[in-house]
Amino acid sequence: MKTKRPAIPYIGWMLVFTIVPLVMVIYYAFTDAQGHFSLEPFQNAAVYSEVFLYSLWIALISTFICLVLAYPLAFSISRCSERSQSMIVMFLMVPMWMNFLLRIYAWVLILQNYGPLDMILNFFGVDVTLIGNSGAVIVGMVYEFLPFMILPLHTVMSKIDSSLIEAAQDLGCSGFYVFRKVVFPLSVPGIISGVTMVFVPTASTFLVAQYLGGTQFMIGDVIERVFQSDHNTGSAIAVVLMVVILGFLVFMNRFGDKEAVNG
Amino acid sequence: MKKLRSKIYFIIIMAFLYLPIIYLIAYSFNDGKTSVWKGFTLKWYTALFRDSQIMGSLYNTLIIAILASVIATILGTAAAIGIYNFKGGVRSALQNVSNIPIINPEIVTGVSLMLLFTFAGVMMGFEMGFWTVLLAHIGFCTPYVILNVTPRIRQMDSSLYEAALDLGCTPVQAFFKVVMHELLPGIFSGFLISFTYSLDDFVITYFTRGSRFQTLPIQIYTMTHQRINPKANALSALLFITVIVILLISNFASLKKSKEAAR
Amino acid sequence: MKRCISMLLALLMLGCFLSLSACSSSSSDNADAEEDGEEASRGYQGEVNVYNWGEYISPGDDGTVDVIDEFEKQYHIKVNYTNFETNEELYNVLTNSNSTYDVIIPSDYMVARLREEGLLEKIDFSNIPNYKYIDERFKNMAYDPDNEYSVPYTWGFVAIGYNTEMIEEGSVTGFKDLWNADYKDDGILMFNNSRDAMAIAMQLCDPPIDPGSTSFTRDDIDRATDKLIEQKSVLKKYVMDQVFTEMEGNQSGIAPYYAGDIMTMMDNNDALTYCLPEEGSNLFNDAMCIPATCKNKENAELFINFMCEPEIAAANAEYICYGTPNTGALEYLDEEILESELFNPPDEYLDKCYAFSNIDDDIYAYMQKRFVEACSASAEVSSIEKKTVNPTAVWAVGAILLAIILATIVIIVLDIRKAVRNRGRINKL
Repeated sequence: MKTKRPAIPYIGWMLVFTIVPLVMVIYYAFTDAQGHFSLEPFQNAAVYSEVFLYSLWIALISTFICLVLAYPLAFSISRCSERSQSMIVMFLMVPMWMNFLLRIYAWVLILQNYGPLDMILNFFGVDVTLIGNSGAVIVGMVYEFLPFMILPLHTVMSKIDSSLIEAAQDLGCSGFYVFRKVVFPLSVPGIISGVTMVFVPTASTFLVAQYLGGTQFMIGDVIERVFQSDHNTGSAIAVVLMVVILGFLVFMNRFGDKEAVNG
Repeated sequence: MKKLRSKIYFIIIMAFLYLPIIYLIAYSFNDGKTSVWKGFTLKWYTALFRDSQIMGSLYNTLIIAILASVIATILGTAAAIGIYNFKGGVRSALQNVSNIPIINPEIVTGVSLMLLFTFAGVMMGFEMGFWTVLLAHIGFCTPYVILNVTPRIRQMDSSLYEAALDLGCTPVQAFFKVVMHELLPGIFSGFLISFTYSLDDFVITYFTRGSRFQTLPIQIYTMTHQRINPKANALSALLFITVIVILLISNFASLKKSKEAAR
Repeated sequence: MKRCISMLLALLMLGCFLSLSACSSSSSDNADAEEDGEEASRGYQGEVNVYNWGEYISPGDDGTVDVIDEFEKQYHIKVNYTNFETNEELYNVLTNSNSTYDVIIPSDYMVARLREEGLLEKIDFSNIPNYKYIDERFKNMAYDPDNEYSVPYTWGFVAIGYNTEMIEEGSVTGFKDLWNADYKDDGILMFNNSRDAMAIAMQLCDPPIDPGSTSFTRDDIDRATDKLIEQKSVLKKYVMDQVFTEMEGNQSGIAPYYAGDIMTMMDNNDALTYCLPEEGSNLFNDAMCIPATCKNKENAELFINFMCEPEIAAANAEYICYGTPNTGALEYLDEEILESELFNPPDEYLDKCYAFSNIDDDIYAYMQKRFVEACSASAEVSSIEKKTVNPTAVWAVGAILLAIILATIVIIVLDIRKAVRNRGRINKL
């Protein structure tokens, strides 16, 4: 039991299938097509800065909407009896088990012109195009990742003792004050893991914008497109994306630790 | 009053999560290719079952998921035990490296593996396909096994293993009778997560599959990307029913169990 | 207990999926029992890997001929059939992914490119007796001057399809209407591949650039890119095969696409009509070739020969609605198809058309690069300031990167200091 030997195969595995590929991406990002050191890939990648900012922006908005939608829901679920809680969590998970492309495809069918939503709005005399814009992309993202926000929030909130809240109320706290002083501080770890679980995939996802958006790509689509013909520039974009995401994770982790210590 | 409000909110969110899927399923019975209802039919289901490409990719998906999750479980359990026996800095470094596939954006993992496999493919003369997808899937499944097994190791009383040795077990016997028994829940949930993730993975498969190997998510991409394809609706209905049935049966079984326990 | 549930869950899931696939195969067993029995007795004696455009072979739905199945029955050779969407995708797969195919169907300029790079295998025409049906007009083409590497499969040209419920019939006359802001709300689509999109943009540049030219300068491509970026403010989407969904389902009003496909769309949606662009358009040939990496050359030749059987060629032409170079096939085709301008355009129109020729590697790469840039350029760029690089965005991303790197360094330094201090405290104790 005290032996380190069982880890050897996996250490070898990580070396070949985790470290080497990452090193290759970084190597490609810093070389030109002939294999000489060069910053040219990054210069080429600069064209896509706007797409990059757009992706971060979409991810930010989607994460925020998820948080706003999920927070009250997770709280009210966490106040239910334990039996119904596990039942509800199960029903929240069911849509997650469906293939993600099929879920996006469902939204394509719903939002399309002459689709159900368009027909209803037309009936009321509203004539708008629902698909092919950033709004549709955000709806798709929220739909895709909402459960990832609800579940961690619920896990944390179900551990908040109801008697704590009652005690605060008995001591004369208003509803909002109870929330600010009791519920919110205790739910911070859940918020942090929820935000990470939603933000990272939304910022880097690909295809959602192709299905629901218009001409505006997201950074994941750009990486895929550029990689088809130019590995160097593609790698440079991937490196930038990786640095930003990892930085975000370090930051969130740090923030979580601080809160936990102070709380 | 408050109860009612949260109930209504809960119903709205559930509707948001389920209506798209229900819409998708309803239209699998539509005898027409557009969103106009043209009468009830089952022809898309027969077409689905007769489509040898879809059935072939279902088979591929299952084979990959089973192999990848079994291998990842073995590799990951061994690695978890081995890594746990490292000390301090080395241990946390190994754990961090092993977490890279989880925290890195999927698309970066995908393109980095693609670079590795194309490079190795040119060097050694193989083409991407079944084996590269399998390797990639093992790669992103193993960290989840490690994450699930490690807490179990931490909780385990190491004197149990020593006691077994003192009572005359060989180390191998002691391992399988004592240690495995303690770790089994963690190993199992790791296996389960690996299995579902592997079944559903699109992004990493997309980049490592070469150009011929098809899995179900890839097939869904081809189906939904081109034309409105009611076969995709039929497929989602089947997947959805499978998920619901599994969850209901498991819930029913656990209910029965808890009743028995109460008796 | 939790363990039991999860165990059960996994087993059930496995069971369900397996039974699903099992029952599916058994149900198809019942449905076409004789066919399956035949399949078993067929005992494939080889395989052939075919890589073709999407929707480019008669599939056997709705009473059409199932060409692949016919071939498998006749020759006992398994066909592994896969699709690509653009010539560029085909090229990248052949050069980058180390895959092997036995039959590919690239367009003219791509045939020339692959041939010049030595990526094609010479075809043994003694194995293709049906080559005699190929119209002389389609032999000795510029992309294969000595008829060694390719067998023509289809020919066609680019036209415009539009929806008469949204756009008045006859008001669309040419590619310039794809830039028309009046049609913005109806939905304007554009080719999602560099060669076709750039060609249309080049025709509309002032002065126009000849898209059929053998050499472009980078400046030509930059001008075409600017033209494409100008279109973005009115454009709905870049599409390839998605165009069918968009046009047949009344999702978009106007799109340039291959004439045969527009004919298919018109069959499926009565509101659609077509226009032969007055600027002239791209005339193309798609031809069957054998890549140099092929592993089943004889089977590939059998397949190509089979595709040239008059009945089979007619079935394919009827389904995909593209012109066929096969003279034998013409007598099997409906009058209606033969009379259509989209299938058989008037000679005066063909005179206005141009064919793509192979261009230099680096110009070609530059074209692809600029096209992806145009695709990802912001739609809000005004037509006067046609730059793809937005300096503010570059600075913003740079700032974010810098901030992240600095923050990480600060965090690491703080951690180390804390650790050192803690150690000091422990030592003191």
